[in-house]
Formats: sequence, C-alpha cells, structure tokens
Amino acid sequence: MDDLSDILGDEYEAVIGLEVHCQLDTASKLFSGASTKYGAEPNSQVAPLDMGLPGTLPVVNRKAVEYAVRAGLALRCDVRNETKFARKNYFYPDLPKGYQISQHRAPLCENGELVVPIDGDPLGDGDVRRVGIQRLHLEEDAGKSTHLKGQPHSLVDLNRCGVPLIEIVSEPDLRTPAEARAYMKALRDIVVFLDISDGEMSEGSLRCDANVSVRPSGDEAFGTRTELKNINSFKFVHDGIAAEIRRQIELLEAGESVEQETRLYDVDAGRTRPMRSKEESHDYRYFPEPDLPVFTVDKEWIEEIRANLPALPAERRRMYREAWNVGRDDAGVLTGEPALANFFEASVAHWSGDAQTVANWIVNQWLRVLNDTGHTIDEAGVEPGEFVGVVELVEDRVISQNAGQTVLEEMITTGRDAETIVDDEGLRQMTDAGAIESLVDDVLDDNPEQVAEYRGGNNNVLGWFIGQVMQASGGSADPKIVRSLLQEKLDS
Amino acid sequence: MSRDILKELRAGEISSLEVIDAIIEAAQDDVFNAFVSLVDPSELREQARGADRAREAGEARPLEGWPVAIKDNICTRNLTTTAGSKILEDFESPYEATAVQRLRDAGAIVVGKTNLDEFGMGSSSETSHIGPVRNPADPDRVAGGSSGGSAAALAAELALGALGSDTGGSVRQPASHCGVVGLKPTYGRVSRNGLIAYASSLDQIGPMASTVEGCARLFDAIAGHDDRDATSLAVEPAGPGCADVLSEGVDGMTVGLPEEYLGEASRLDPQVRSRVEAAIEALEEAGAETTSVSLPHTEYAVATYYLIATAEASSNLARYDGVRFGRRAEDADDLAELYKKSRAEGFGDEVKRRIILGTYVLSAGYYEAYYEKAQKVRTLIRRDFESAFEEVDALVAPVAPTPAWTLGEKRDDPLEMYLEDIFTTSANLAGIPAMSVPSGTTDQGLPVGTQLLGPALSEPVLFRLAQKIFEQCNDEASGRG
Amino acid sequence: MSIAKTEVEKVARLARLEVEEKRAEKLVDELDSVLEYVGKLDELDTDDVEPTTHPVAAEHTGRDDEVNEGLTVEQVVGHAPDQQDGQFRVPKVVDE
Ligand SMILES: [Mg+2]
Ligand SMILES: [Zn+2]
Repeated sequence: MDDLSDILGDEYEAVIGLEVHCQLDTASKLFSGASTKYGAEPNSQVAPLDMGLPGTLPVVNRKAVEYAVRAGLALRCDVRNETKFARKNYFYPDLPKGYQISQHRAPLCENGELVVPIDGDPLGDGDVRRVGIQRLHLEEDAGKSTHLKGQPHSLVDLNRCGVPLIEIVSEPDLRTPAEARAYMKALRDIVVFLDISDGEMSEGSLRCDANVSVRPSGDEAFGTRTELKNINSFKFVHDGIAAEIRRQIELLEAGESVEQETRLYDVDAGRTRPMRSKEESHDYRYFPEPDLPVFTVDKEWIEEIRANLPALPAERRRMYREAWNVGRDDAGVLTGEPALANFFEASVAHWSGDAQTVANWIVNQWLRVLNDTGHTIDEAGVEPGEFVGVVELVEDRVISQNAGQTVLEEMITTGRDAETIVDDEGLRQMTDAGAIESLVDDVLDDNPEQVAEYRGGNNNVLGWFIGQVMQASGGSADPKIVRSLLQEKLDS
Repeated sequence: MSRDILKELRAGEISSLEVIDAIIEAAQDDVFNAFVSLVDPSELREQARGADRAREAGEARPLEGWPVAIKDNICTRNLTTTAGSKILEDFESPYEATAVQRLRDAGAIVVGKTNLDEFGMGSSSETSHIGPVRNPADPDRVAGGSSGGSAAALAAELALGALGSDTGGSVRQPASHCGVVGLKPTYGRVSRNGLIAYASSLDQIGPMASTVEGCARLFDAIAGHDDRDATSLAVEPAGPGCADVLSEGVDGMTVGLPEEYLGEASRLDPQVRSRVEAAIEALEEAGAETTSVSLPHTEYAVATYYLIATAEASSNLARYDGVRFGRRAEDADDLAELYKKSRAEGFGDEVKRRIILGTYVLSAGYYEAYYEKAQKVRTLIRRDFESAFEEVDALVAPVAPTPAWTLGEKRDDPLEMYLEDIFTTSANLAGIPAMSVPSGTTDQGLPVGTQLLGPALSEPVLFRLAQKIFEQCNDEASGRG
Repeated sequence: MSIAKTEVEKVARLARLEVEEKRAEKLVDELDSVLEYVGKLDELDTDDVEPTTHPVAAEHTGRDDEVNEGLTVEQVVGHAPDQQDGQFRVPKVVDE
C-alpha cells in the first residue's frame, strides 16, 4: 500500500494537510493547578475550573507557553510577542464550560516549515518535502466520554479537561499517505527531542485530523476536501488517508462528486465513513476570551528559549556522521530517542578514543543488556561515565568483551560498581603471556591427534584449541593472546 | 441602629453580639425579600462573640464583627449560591470567592446571601426564583437591580455592609433607589474569582454600605491583586486607603458636568434632576470647581452594552447544562433533549432572551456587524472619558433617569428596562470606577443617588467627593432608625 | 435588520434552549425591537477603530507550573444530577 501509484494512478494527485494535536508534558493543566498525570482514577484530577464551576477563572500556565514556543521555534515559526486567547463555543458533555479556550485570531506561532524525508529513507538522505506550518497554537483538551456497551448511557471523566495541547496546522503540502505518515513521525521526533511531550500516539498524546482532497494531475485548483478525524496511530495516518483517497477517486471516476464532510476511519473495514452528523453544522461563535488579557511573550524570553533549544535528531545525526565519523545506521539508531542520543553524547565526552567505538558498544551491547533486563536507559541507573569505564576495561583488555556485558548487567541489577563486580566475579582477564603460554603448552601436549590434524591442513581445529585453553584458564585468559600463541606454536 | 453604628462598634459602645441579635431578629421575617439564604443564628452569635473577644483583647481587625450580606451570585462555602436561578437552586460551591474571603479575613461576619435578578440580568431584582425584592422606602416599589437584595438589606438595616456586582449599573442603580452607597470599582481592582460570570469584561464586584465611610472600608478590604484572576490589576495605588482620605475634602478639584447626562436631551425626571443639582451645589460649596464637558458617544452606550453583555453571557451560561451540577430535566431521552429541557426549565425568560440575543450576535455572519462593531464603539466610549479626564478629576451624573418604579411596571418591555441603564453602562464599558451616593429623597420620600465617575484607579478621589455629598445632602437622614 | 422566526429557532437550537411555539413569536418581536435599537451603532464610522476586548489592560504573565489545586472525586461528582462509578452519567454520546 505504500506504493503511491496503486492508489492515485497517473491521473490524480492528492492534496493533504494535517492538524496535529500534541499534549504538552507539563505537571499542571493549561489554566488550572490540577495534575495532568496519565492514568489516574476518573475525576480525581479536577480543579473547580476544569469542571466549569460557576465563578472560576483561567490563569495561563507559563510553562505551557514556553513549551509551545519551543515547538514553534523548532518548526521555524514566527513567534508572536502578544498572543491572544479565544473561546470556541459548542455543547458537549466532555466540555464543561461549554467552550474550549483556544486561540483564533492571534495564534502564538505562524509561518513555519518542516522538512520531511519522503522516499522511505527515515534518515533523510533521500528526497524531502518542505511542509509549510500555517500556525501553531495553544488550547485546552476536553474530557473523555465512554459509551457503556448495551446501555443508553455514557460516562464522563474530566481528568483530561484542561490538559495543555498545541495544535499544529500544516499547509496542504503533503501529497501521499506515506508523506503524511513521515510528517507525523518527524513531528513526533521533534516534540520528543524538545522534551515537551511524550509523543505517544497510543496514549493520545499525539493525535491528528487530516484534510484530504484529490484533483486531476496538473490542476491548480483544489478538489472538495473531507476531514478525517481522530487518527491515533502512525499506521492509520497512512491507511486512513489512503482509504479516503481511494474513495474520492472512485467517486470522481463514477462521475459523482465529493461532499465536504467529516469522516472517520473504520479500522476493521479498512474504509472511511461519515461521522453521524450532528444536529446542524458547527457554528463555533469564536470571540476573544474576556477572562484572559493579551499574553506577552517578550523578545528576551523568546531568545532565552531559543538559546536553550535542545538539538533535534536530524541535526544530531549530521553531527555524529560528519564530525564524529559514526556510521550511518548507528547514527540513525542513536537518534531514535532523546535519552539514547543524550547518553551517547555524554559517553563520548567521557571517552578519549574514537566515537564509533562507543557507538558500537551502545548499539551492540548496551541496548541488548537494557532490553534483556527490561529497563529504559534512564531507569538503568548507569551513568555515561560509568558505562565508558566498562568500555575502557574491555578496550584495555582487563576484562573480555563478554565479561563487559556481564558487568553492565550486574551494574543494573545489583547497583555495584564495575571494579567491584570484576573482582567479586573473578572477571579479570589473564594477560600474562608467560602464564597463558604454559596453559597452551599443556593443551598441545595433551592433544597430539588434533595437533596432527591441524598441521595436516584442517585450520578449523584452531577454534577448538582456543576453547580448550580458555576452559583451562577458567575463562579468564585473553582470547587474543591465546589465539596468537596457539598459531605461533602450531605453525612453527 | 444608627448610621454611626460602625463608629460605635469600633469604640466599643455597642457589642457585635448586640448588633447581630438585632439583625437576627429583623431578618426573621424578611419582609423585603432581601435574602435568598441566611446563616444559622447560633453560628452568627458564635462569630459575634469571637469578634467581641478580639476587640476586648485589642486584636480587632479592620472589619471586626461587621455583619455583611453577600449577593447570591458570589460564591460562599457555607451557604448555597443560586444566582437567583432555578438552575442553581441547590448549588453549593466547594470554594469561596476571593472578595468574600478577604472580608472574612478582615473580621466581617457573613450573615446571608442576597436576592437579585437572575444571573444579574436586570434592573429591578424582580426575576429571581424566589420572587422580587421590595424597596424598604416603599414596599410597592422595586429596589432596583440587579443587586437589589444587597441594597434593600442595607436600607432595612439587616447588614452594615454588602457586596453587589455591577455589570451595567447593578450596584449603583439599586444603591440609588434604596438610598445607600455603592461603588463599581475600576475593572480589575477587585478579583472576580468566585463571582458567577454574567459578562466577564464588564463584571466587577462592588462594595455597598449605608455610609461612605463604610463603603470605603469594605473597598479597602476587598481590593487588590489576586493570582486567581488574570484580569486583576497588579498595580496598587500608592498612599493610604480610601477610608483614610475621606476627610481631605475636595477643595481645588475640578468636576465635569457631562452635557449628555444633564442636558435637556437626557429626559431626566425633574425630581432626580433637582437632587443631582443639590449634590453638585454641595461640591461647589465645598470648594470644587465645576465645568461642562461632553461625552459624545453616550447615546450609543446602551446598545453597545447589550451587544457585548449578551454575547459574553451566552458563552458564560453554556456551562449550566444539567450534566455536572445544578438542575437537570427529568425526562430527557437523549443528550440534545437533556440540554434543551434542563436549560429551558432552569432559566427564566430574561436570561433566555439574553442568551438568544448573545448567541445571535456571535453567530456566523453577524459577528462583525454586531459584536465586533460594539467592541469598536466601546473604544470610542473609552476615548470620550479619556479626553474628559484630561480636563477634570471626576464627573457628576445621575444614576438612573427616575426614582424606583412600581413592581411589575416594566416587566413586559425589555427595551424599556434596558434604557434604565442609560447613565450607568458607560463606566462598565470603559472600565472606570463609578459610585452612587445618596443625595436626598423625592417629595414622595424615594431615595435618589448621584453618580460620580473618575479615571481608572481614582477611587480615593471618588470617595472624597462622595463624602462631601453625603454630609451635605443627607443631614436629615443621618439619625434615621 | 429584521429577524426571521426560523432564525430565532436556529439560534435557540445553537444555544440549546427549548422555545415553545407561542414564546418564539413573542421572542421574534422582542429581538426585532432590540436589534433595531442596537442598529443605531451603524451611524458610527468605525473602520479605523481598534476593538476593545478588555477595558483596563492587566498585564498577564501567567502562573508557575505547579500542581496546587484539585477537588476530591466526591466533590466533583457528589452533587451531579446523575453519576456512576465516580463519573458523570449522561444519555448516550455518539461519534466522538
Ligand atoms: Mg482543528
Ligand atoms: Zn484543536
């Protein structure tokens, strides 16, 4: 389904714009002091304002503004020095005040862009699409209604009411479902690296609506668009839009016209369907929020936020590859999560050798150990300096590569430091050539048949000899020394 | 009780307990329907004893033992807060309004919640779910509104101070009709936290009292920045509180007389005019200069006010939907019905009328023509005041075109009722402070107030002027009761 | 400008207010007279005038990101007209 031509053929072109809602990772809500923690007991994180109690007033969470500005700057937007809030009025049981405080006429950020890799290469070495960011504004989330199966009732939980969101509205610059998905993934990487959101689509921290239309290839004018609502996974971004494009083309092919409407992607059917239409078309009656004066974001604050902007994955990949000579794929893995990239960079700072060695260690050993022990990099409790210490022990041949992995595991599970583990577990490597030589001599003396075999041309026996010597050393002999001594003696 | 009761309280000539007992007795059969709810008498006596102990110990706070009444659209923790509406008839707020908390912190004793027009939408206090307030000066007449219960409670000596709220004149007009002092502060001077919103950009909680000094002391207690209200002003005017400048007089002040309020075209009732003129004379005698000024956009104020107020109200009242609190219609099959029926049953006619008008002026296709147009005219009205205040320290005007009218008289014509606010809405639109000071009575004994308006944060000036008018025009009333 | 009855009905629906037939006709008249009255604002040329949203501008720089508010579940749903399992209960909500 990734193949664009399957869906569009040569005759049609799709035009896609996304409205992405991203939950900001603040401790308290956008306008109240209630907690935003995910997964709490229903209605246990509700301030008087969040339930729309009479007489309550909103006060802006400054941190949320800061986070939104971070996102705006990362998306190369213009940030307004004076931003205004507005009320969007509609009735819904999960909207206690009867209006959502959002932004309408003077959004915090405007006129940005995001460069998205579009040829399937996530590292961005191939073709890219420049997607315009029309606006990025702050608004509050609504609560959650759950429909009770088999009953004519729904239950309403207001914990999510007032959680800060940014809405990022793209220009209709995307052309394929794959591009839309790549755009979402790029946005996700940005908000996660900016440390303003956990970017979890599965928890609803990142959601998107897609405006989709098709037109005959070469046409300038847009076709009639539909809005695909509540897309909640990267897969559905692609599949839902693809299904909608297919539907619209079928309509046009049949000589029918596309109706402007709101639709939902039915995952099971693999098709989109119209949302059961509300009583009438929406008339949100936006007007300036009288409870909130103009919010001032002064230039100094913006510059301070800009100066402290964390580096984004694309930029960091470039640095790893160009300045540190790290391999392309390793650079890709290391920039998959901010915690990983931060750990790598901090480790390199502790390391005097080449960065690729540290990269190898993280990608090949450290990630496996973390995975085996079931920890995230932050939970593991091993500092980059301690980690590099283990790498040094191996590189200095104090312990073997395998022992290195054991040490890392033990550090996580027992919290002991590397030296203690090496001593306690007897992991120190035998590097005294004389001692190893006497073991080698013993093994050769005890196995004349195999010696003859080797000398008869079967080089494979070497591995068996190495194993015997390692066993005799209790695993502590440096395998490199063992190998070179064996070779020397057998070949002589 | 005399009007000097506050002084007597402070001097220890009368105890808080005696005052409270008098109020408990008088409030028993609340003949003017001033209260929606009252605090339990034993609770009140307990607090009064506490106040007397504090005074004896020399630890009296500024309002120690003052019985105050709170308009029932201001949230209090220990009593229901109904806003005069059926939709909130059993509503208990889990939190308390900042202004109420500040009164308590200053030692005041909340005696009860006062009657009002439903959600503050009216000029007569006739529309609440418990029926109309009656004017203590003449029980067949309205008390004015929407803070009619607070004004009547003061006039009937059921409280020594009160809070009202003023969106288009709702503190000043009932104060005028009942013969008490009422201030609409500068927008942002008193926190709106806990005030049930009618029109957020116009609403202010205002102090009311039987004397200018009492009003000033209440204002000093409730004014000031509040972190819970983003529109609350951070600037604190320098110098002493309003109660401490009353004796400074008005010598050398220049007071403007707006042609549009006092000229022929203003259709002012002759008796009202004569009381306002008496007030102007009193100021002149006290040493103030008077000069004529013009506020050319005055005639557009009521239209501007109704567009903005109803638009904001339509949004502010969307939360009363029968889902989380308040009244829910019983037999709604689906969600749309639940909303429509709960709201139809819970709101009175005037509230519905304003919600419909406000929804209309915000709806697609009308926003620019009505709402935004009104916001622009609001700018012109604001500028009128700005230029006037380049010439003068304050303005003198009537509060209402007529004295209190008969109950039921204007109920059928909304527009006629709206025009009652012709002299008061401008101050809300411009955000400036304005107050009503008793200026004597008509031949039939109906109270008439004079309005004082000043630039933002000029409350101390208004109180000084008010004090002079109060002293000069109310000699005969000072020993009343 | 004169308002049509259908328009009043549409607005009533938008405001979630049930208006009886009888009442609707009276409302049309009342709104008509109010709208005619407020139409006097058209006399004024306001093309170059900025709208006033806040009469006195407070400076708003926001609050710190601190968790310092919250009601108990009982305070939140305890007075609700209908509740179940600590949540508000309403007639079925369709199509989120
Ligand atoms: Mg949207
Ligand atoms: Zn949104």
